[in-house]
Amino acid sequence: MNITLATALVAGLPLTAAAVAFAHPRVGRMAALGTGLLLLPVLAVLVLEALRTGPWRHNLGGWTAPLGIGWQVDALALTLLALTTLVALAAAVYRVAEGRLTRDSRYRRYFWPLWLFLWGGLNALFLSADLFNLYVILEMVSLAAVALIAAAGGPALAAAWRYFLATLLGSTLYLLGVALLYGQYGALDVSLLSGRAEEELVTLAAAVMITLGLLLKGAIFPLHFWLPPAHGRAHAAVSAVLSAVVVTAAFYLLLRLWFGPFAGMLPGLPAQLLGLLGAAAVLWGGVLALLQRHLKMVIAYSTVSQLGFALLVFPLAAADALPDQAHAGMLMLLLAHGLAKGSLFLAAGCLAWQWGSDHLRRIGPPMAGGSLPAWIAIALAAASLVGLPPSGGFVAKWWLLESALAARAWPWAAVIVLGTFITAGYLWRILRDPLRATSVDSAVVPAQGPPLPIPLAMPWAALLLALAAIASGLFATALRSAFAAGGLAG
Amino acid sequence: MTLYLLLAVALLIIGLHGLFVCAQLMRKILALNVLTTAVFLLLVVLAQAAEVLDPVPHAMVLTGIVVTVSTTAVALGLMVRLLERRGGPVSGRDRDSRNS
Repeated sequence: MNITLATALVAGLPLTAAAVAFAHPRVGRMAALGTGLLLLPVLAVLVLEALRTGPWRHNLGGWTAPLGIGWQVDALALTLLALTTLVALAAAVYRVAEGRLTRDSRYRRYFWPLWLFLWGGLNALFLSADLFNLYVILEMVSLAAVALIAAAGGPALAAAWRYFLATLLGSTLYLLGVALLYGQYGALDVSLLSGRAEEELVTLAAAVMITLGLLLKGAIFPLHFWLPPAHGRAHAAVSAVLSAVVVTAAFYLLLRLWFGPFAGMLPGLPAQLLGLLGAAAVLWGGVLALLQRHLKMVIAYSTVSQLGFALLVFPLAAADALPDQAHAGMLMLLLAHGLAKGSLFLAAGCLAWQWGSDHLRRIGPPMAGGSLPAWIAIALAAASLVGLPPSGGFVAKWWLLESALAARAWPWAAVIVLGTFITAGYLWRILRDPLRATSVDSAVVPAQGPPLPIPLAMPWAALLLALAAIASGLFATALRSAFAAGGLAG
Repeated sequence: MTLYLLLAVALLIIGLHGLFVCAQLMRKILALNVLTTAVFLLLVVLAQAAEVLDPVPHAMVLTGIVVTVSTTAVALGLMVRLLERRGGPVSGRDRDSRNS
């Protein structure tokens, strides 16, 4: 396949499908599933090309950088594109199966168009190298995400509202920073700016604005207040994509900018500050996850906590002892976390359907009424999230830890170890009560009758994502060399 | 030019103040609009500051206005649904009773 065509299809396919699904609501499901199935071979072509020739740049319409918009394809972009496709496809399968259980609501016909707009926006975001183009894409992703959260109705509306205000303020701050950068250097392209940006007051002000905006959008401590209710109350399929990919997208932009135009300012205070925020997120998010009573809220707070680990890449890469190892660990963490988190939310959705609630004391035992596949998915995803070998989560934390030890950065190493224990703590809490109870009668709380049967595709979607999270660890060596071939440090 | 820059800063502060202090949902939406206007003003000032008038910030502002119209529309839609649920001033109670 032509590489130019393949690159264009990555963003173009979901957007076209969204328009089709909007015009013909009946084909919405098929459009979403078809998009996912078609994107897999397209991405495979791009990955093979990156392995062969290394990272490359694609100028849209043949226009070059100062005026035209460029797309860059490298290891970071391709990893996140693959993650998006896997999670969105699994969640779409879950949602299609779930559709049989629900009755029609008046907003239902808008679900698939919004889903596909979100998907297309995310794909474009991971490709684009133009800061203003990224602003427009960020807004598109935010609007689709807000509408998808609000589609759950009820208490999700208030959560969607808070998310909306937070994310819009974030975009505006981001745009303010971009305006300052353009005023100073007359460029919007990330690689052009990397060459021109110097360490001066305006750049610092722009960096502060953009970072604040993206921290708000990425729900990074202490600006995470909107995430748990929004992700906890949305539909399970929506939560899966939001937690696995949408917050990662804001973090991805932080990476592009701090290892691009702002790279000169990173060593020293900014790197330490970003690391401190990450450490605080790991600990605070973890402790709050321990205190939650609802399964989906535990998983939502764990997103706050796990993204904190990824932020440690800034001080570790700036310490310059094993920067590549830190980058590889962070990339692996984003991948493994996304897969495991998507799986956990889908499995939580299955259990909530079966038992009528996702309260930790109301979810029944694994052996009752066919909820076993969902429980296996939770156990496998939890193993990866904690970091048990040979899962992807283990490899990610191991690489980060290696980098921290090589840099003799004991505090960061301590945070990684301590955070792992806390993660184990809250995930063990999810598994503890149901594992003790062996049948419905001996469940901790009187059961509410037998669990509802659900279509098998729902837990299996969760299970496949969990298996992918484990598999990413099994193929860690291959992934590591692929990261290196695709130009690791972005 | 300094005047317009100061004006942009003033709008920025007004917008942030409104967003964080006002309790009414409608005022929060307006505050966000004021905030984006401040950024647009900054962009237009930057366009004028260049030696030859720079058209790129103008294009950015135009695109930004389109984006803001869309976000405001979504904000208003969400606000109406939120107020319906709360039974607020959008006469949500009447509609609820009619539906049930």
